[in-house]
Amino acid sequence: MNRLQEILQSVREETESLDFPGPRKWKQANPDGRCVGFFPVYCPVEILDAAGVLPVALFGGGEQIEVELADARVQSFICSISRSTLELGLTDRLDFMDGMLFGSLCDVARNLSGVWARNFPDTYCDYLHFPQNLASDQAMDFYVHDLKRLAGDMAQLSGKSWSDEDLALSLDRYESLRARLRKLQQIRCQEPWRLSLEEFYCLLRAAGRRKVEAYIPVLDEVISILEKRDCRPVDGIRVVLEGSFCEQPSLELIRSLDQAHCFVVESDLARGMCWFQEPIQRSDDPWLDLARAYFKHAEASVVRHRDPQERSQRLLQRVQDSGAEGVIFCTAKFCEPAFYDFVLHKRVLEQADVPYIAVEFEEKMSNFESIRTQAETFSESILFFGEEAMA
Amino acid sequence: MSQSYLHQGSGQKLQRKLLGDWYQNLQEAPQRGEKVAYLFISGNIGELLQACGFHLVYPEVNALQCGIKKVAGPNILSAEDLGYSGDVCGYVKNDIGLLTGGNQMPQGTVLPPPDLLVCNYAGCATYLRWFEALAEFYQAEMVVVDVPYLRGTDGPTAEEKAYVERQLRELVTVCERITGQEFDPEAYRQAVARSAQTEDLWVDILQSAKRKPSPIDAYFEAVFFMAPIYVMRGTEACLDYYRAVKEEIDERVQRGIGPLAREEVRILMEGPPAWPHFRRFWEMFKKWGAVSVASTYSKVGGVWDLGFRHDPDRPFESMAEYMLGCYTNRNWGMRSDMLKSYAEEYEADALVIHSVKSCRSFSVGQADLREQFIREYDIPTLFIESDLADPRYFAEAQMKNRIDAFFEALKHRRVTAQV
Repeated sequence: MNRLQEILQSVREETESLDFPGPRKWKQANPDGRCVGFFPVYCPVEILDAAGVLPVALFGGGEQIEVELADARVQSFICSISRSTLELGLTDRLDFMDGMLFGSLCDVARNLSGVWARNFPDTYCDYLHFPQNLASDQAMDFYVHDLKRLAGDMAQLSGKSWSDEDLALSLDRYESLRARLRKLQQIRCQEPWRLSLEEFYCLLRAAGRRKVEAYIPVLDEVISILEKRDCRPVDGIRVVLEGSFCEQPSLELIRSLDQAHCFVVESDLARGMCWFQEPIQRSDDPWLDLARAYFKHAEASVVRHRDPQERSQRLLQRVQDSGAEGVIFCTAKFCEPAFYDFVLHKRVLEQADVPYIAVEFEEKMSNFESIRTQAETFSESILFFGEEAMA
Repeated sequence: MSQSYLHQGSGQKLQRKLLGDWYQNLQEAPQRGEKVAYLFISGNIGELLQACGFHLVYPEVNALQCGIKKVAGPNILSAEDLGYSGDVCGYVKNDIGLLTGGNQMPQGTVLPPPDLLVCNYAGCATYLRWFEALAEFYQAEMVVVDVPYLRGTDGPTAEEKAYVERQLRELVTVCERITGQEFDPEAYRQAVARSAQTEDLWVDILQSAKRKPSPIDAYFEAVFFMAPIYVMRGTEACLDYYRAVKEEIDERVQRGIGPLAREEVRILMEGPPAWPHFRRFWEMFKKWGAVSVASTYSKVGGVWDLGFRHDPDRPFESMAEYMLGCYTNRNWGMRSDMLKSYAEEYEADALVIHSVKSCRSFSVGQADLREQFIREYDIPTLFIESDLADPRYFAEAQMKNRIDAFFEALKHRRVTAQV
């Protein structure tokens, strides 16, 4: 096994494992260290990191988990990720965690914070309200105050005193991480056969479970090897995948898209791992820098209201910038925010003559044949009509 | 109704007229060159927008009216034809379907389009998505009043209050630009003063259910009586309405009458009703002599029975506090405490949780409520599921079976407890 295969295997295992080997290992090596999990989409991880806390991105239990206990707590019409995340907690798979954060996402995630607090009364639990009126003069002050409140809680949890300088250093570290993730995205976009979607995705997911300074050199190594990777171009269509910002499709589904020659060159998969569109602009106040970045440079997302038309226009821009020929809406069953966006997005895509398909998934889904067929048909229809239009 | 009763039925009769006039007035607003704002019920700021010169449209109220009048189903299907999933809120789909069908309400009046969409985002993330869609379909301006979700048990913090208050003041500037009218602070203050008086009356009416037997069904009747305080709070007509309802309830108390001939079981109700099957839904409880003595849905537009009042001396500050404290903006622990205190104060025998698919803001966490009430408080709890807008989710036979089995068991429990 070469070095690249070794790294990819470890991040795949990290993505699929329900035992969280990375964070557990870190905690064993740092007995006084603290781990705090966060539910998608966005979490200001820099605040946790600055306090010496390991942020752990949670994305539910995927297809591996058997949900038994949480079924009695979550109705059948609620998304899988809320159910499987609760199951992870109720089955002690998260017993290494010292806290849990939820943020403005949807009503399910918000109420789940209360359910979590009830079921795990001895563990820290908080809900972060991200401002939804970014035009208000008071919104920035409110947000900075809330970030500082969280920082106080994290400092108390870790027992570590820390300073503005700690936060500034953490901003630097995460900026470096995001730069590597953007580079991987760029490689995937330019030559999708050089890095499969599954490989890219697992590298992205692992970013949420490892100490940032330890993961950056790993990504540097991957990027360096990828540039020399022996691979041949493959025919297929280029697509943007949209709608998987919170609950994640299984690796099998992700593989199906590559197999159907639908090359996802841009996506919102695990959106919170690379939340900002561009590097955070820095000043002598790291709090304001982090807050301003949320207000001005966060990726357009349904979980952050700014302008009703912003998100659809941004999707169109992402299609154009990535040279995509179509969009695949890949939405988790019962994910209300994504479903609402779909209607607005499709109007804009139709006006711009961008083809799209919509597929739905659930964590426990086991048959991907219909999705693969849909994707193949979509791919062929674009190739066929594309040639016809050129004739 | 016997002639000897002076006030029975007056609440219903008056409300029909009030809401009829309201919708008629709304329909004619554009012809008079008057502006229209759309907003939501939870944490609504009707007093402020009216003082800015707006007529008000509440899409949730339109949705429930469509539900009761049995036209929500076709509206929902129209929205699904546009691409809306079967798994999103039925209220939203009803509203979109209503819009694409010409905005004609079941009673015949036509809703005017919005000049401003005011998303008073209090405890419901769907509110944002709903008005984003309306902003697109109507090409209307949208303003969000962002209301932070309450954490802990101590109520809103100074920063949260300041944030909401500031947004309300900023909103006034937007309103003045759109209406071309200057905001009238005195009119606002007077409206807020009337609201406080109205809230006193409404609390008296709701708390009359502490009597045995209760003169009112604090769910199935209260959800009708609550309409004016949500839709036209702050107006003289609204205040008069609650004076009339109070007289109706007082008369019931004097005559010893209640919503049912005989009160057998006192229940707490959590969750919105099944509007498209409202009557049949109520009948399922009536047959067991079950009277709701307190409910959470009747507080969805304001939790006044826990002490809050709008304050004319602090009209902006108290409005911010009102928005922050509304039921759906309260966390699980606060909701649970509220229900627990109702169980004690109203001497309830059981809790009924009606979990609706459309409203995750209500439904997520209800299973934990059930567990807590059964295991920790030893209060029998029934959990049933359907929807508040979509008639397809009402499985009548299944629901009836569950309700019958629950009350049968409750009856049995009483008998065995006496032995």
